[in-house]
Amino acid sequence: MNMARLMLRRGFNVAEGVLGQVFPPAWNPMLNLGALGFFFYWIITVSGIYIYIFFDTGVLNAYASIEYMTHEQWYLAGIMRSFHRYASDALILVMMLHLLREFARDRYRGVRWFSWVTGVPIMVMVFVAGISGYWLVWDKLAQYIAIVSTEWLDMLPIFGEPIARNFLSPDALESRFFTLMIFMHIAIPLIALVILWVHLQRVAKPRINPPRGLAISVFAALIALSLVHPALSQAPADLAVVPGKVGLDWFYLPLFPALETLPGSLTWGMSACLLAIMIAMPWLPPLKRARPAAVDLANCNGCARCFHDCPYNAISMVARSDGTAFEREPAVNPDLCVSCGLCAGACPTSMPFRRLSELSPGIDLPDRTMAQLRDLTETAARNLTGTERIMVFGCDTGPDLAEVSSKSVGVVPLVCIGQLPPAFIDYVLSRNLADGVVLTGCRENSCNARCGIEWTNSRLAGERDPHLRARVPRDLLRTAWVGATGGRQLHHALQALVRELKDADVDVRPAPAVKCPPTACEAVDA
Amino acid sequence: MRRYLRYTGQFAFFLLIAAFIGYFSNQPVYQQTPDGMAQIKLSFAHGAARKVDCRKLSSKEIARLPANERRPNTCARERIPVHIQLMLDGELLYDAQLQATGLSQDGPARTYRKLIVPAGPHTIVARLRDTKRGSGFDYEAERQVTLKPFQNLAIDFKADSGGFQFR
Ligand code: HEM
Ligand code: SF4
Ligand code: SF4
Repeated sequence: MNMARLMLRRGFNVAEGVLGQVFPPAWNPMLNLGALGFFFYWIITVSGIYIYIFFDTGVLNAYASIEYMTHEQWYLAGIMRSFHRYASDALILVMMLHLLREFARDRYRGVRWFSWVTGVPIMVMVFVAGISGYWLVWDKLAQYIAIVSTEWLDMLPIFGEPIARNFLSPDALESRFFTLMIFMHIAIPLIALVILWVHLQRVAKPRINPPRGLAISVFAALIALSLVHPALSQAPADLAVVPGKVGLDWFYLPLFPALETLPGSLTWGMSACLLAIMIAMPWLPPLKRARPAAVDLANCNGCARCFHDCPYNAISMVARSDGTAFEREPAVNPDLCVSCGLCAGACPTSMPFRRLSELSPGIDLPDRTMAQLRDLTETAARNLTGTERIMVFGCDTGPDLAEVSSKSVGVVPLVCIGQLPPAFIDYVLSRNLADGVVLTGCRENSCNARCGIEWTNSRLAGERDPHLRARVPRDLLRTAWVGATGGRQLHHALQALVRELKDADVDVRPAPAVKCPPTACEAVDA
Repeated sequence: MRRYLRYTGQFAFFLLIAAFIGYFSNQPVYQQTPDGMAQIKLSFAHGAARKVDCRKLSSKEIARLPANERRPNTCARERIPVHIQLMLDGELLYDAQLQATGLSQDGPARTYRKLIVPAGPHTIVARLRDTKRGSGFDYEAERQVTLKPFQNLAIDFKADSGGFQFR
């Protein structure tokens, strides 16, 4: 499992990197797979409703009604039909990539089991919905699907009369199966939509809409494809003739030839195993998880920043329990917490300047505490030499920090860059622990903890609490959102900063060993 | 310049994806039945004779039964297997003893078979035995057919419509 995950992760890193060369980070399709899935879902829904208006629901006339749409009303119903088909194919593509990517980035174990396990029935339903949709065309392909799927179902000893006998010969054909398929084709996507809603219950502010530019481009590509290569029916179904040659939709039907030719015990056994493995995967083996965030009420003023910044809805604000004058306090649900540390990065009491009392914020990761983070920073600073000393803060899922570590570059690892309170940057520069600071991590828009980069960028820009103080010289600070494979780009960013530090006027740097201004320290030490 | 390169890259990406989806949505064609072949689909459900014949109950036996279960005959429910044979041009294509279905083997015997045969003229003989006779068959049908490539010839069996049906 580990090997497969690492290899896949490498593949995704390369693909994301290549696409990152031509797409701005927000638009990178590889970083918008879930949102694109929703986008295709809406396209399928709207086009489906439109073509249903013209669809004849009887098995004998269905084919002709679809031919009418494709050839007579090609300019609207025909395009809608193409949309319906191609968006469904694209949905499979993005759904399978989304699934593989969550697997590759190990975001399916631990408390994230919930999104994974609820994803499995969605996947099955998307396939069943597509297969039932092809049935409705009642052409050669539909005939092939009807026969193979009923024969496959007949391999289970649950039906008395083989249901494939419904398709024995032309005079055996009845509408009842067809009606059932129409019902399924409408009901299953609706049920899947409900499960999709459940799928996102543990994700705070999920990104379900792709950025507008990407949506428009995808839409344009769909229109172009529908005009150049409209979706067509194959020859009408005829039970007196076997569907000897069929054009298969390989997105939905790649397994049909196998279902037809392999023994039922094998295909049913393998399907059951595959499904069981997929459902059990979050525990194969379970994640050795870090302890969840812990609240220290003695240092908490109930400001709710942690609550607003948690990307997994793991924090709720509840009535204060310690008798202090504050109204509320945060409560962490350990079943939802992924131990990303974004809450600790948001807490106003995560102040490295604190010396009088222990550095103990209102909320912290027991396994990677703020106090440890400050110790790591100070230790790294002590070993730095030269006049262009740089401190790199980087997250575990970003580029390999050991590769850039040197006499003049100190490195401090974090779970996620969002764990870093901006005060640490101020601390490093104002205490002259280094001459420049670089923050690095995942690719923009692809943060492993979902929101770490976004929160960090807006904290630096002063748009989100806690702000980076105005006195911090911005030209001594760089961010490098380059991802795990971005070692070289990080290196370039460091070199560029070193060059600038060399060229810079001496006075852009803070005077050495500035003491923390009394106001800043008092605020937290009082 | 770099900007135009990026636009070109984006365009190429969408072109590639659209082509990929457009192509694999119905290509490559899958050949389910080899060229020049046709299919005989033999399928039916038929209940053979009971293993033990029904027996008339004596009036004493009838009297011993509860009032609402009194009947003239008693029958064991178990059925014997159906013996089916399909011959193509004198060669045995399919020969099976089909067990009765149901927990107590009282249901009909069932089969659903797809047999791929070369297209062209053939003599098909279908035979079925559903009684306890030791040899021979209770039903037999012979047909001269010319199967077109990819033709699907269905052979059903319905005892109350006289036996085998070729469709
Ligand atoms: C139509 C199909 C699907 C759609 C539209 C969809 C959509 C989404 C969206 C929008 C997110 C939130 C991403 C974010 O904002 O960071 C998400 C998360 C997730 N999805 Fe799906 N999904 C689908 C199917 C699946 C399937 C089949 C699986 C796996 C079996 C899966 C596994 C996950 C996991 C594990 C997460 C959580 C990621 C995290 O915790 O950071 N999804 N999905
Ligand atoms: S560690 Fe992350 S998931 Fe856990 S409570 Fe804090 S922000 Fe939420
Ligand atoms: S951010 Fe810190 S001070 Fe504010 S509510 Fe959370 S733990 Fe308390």
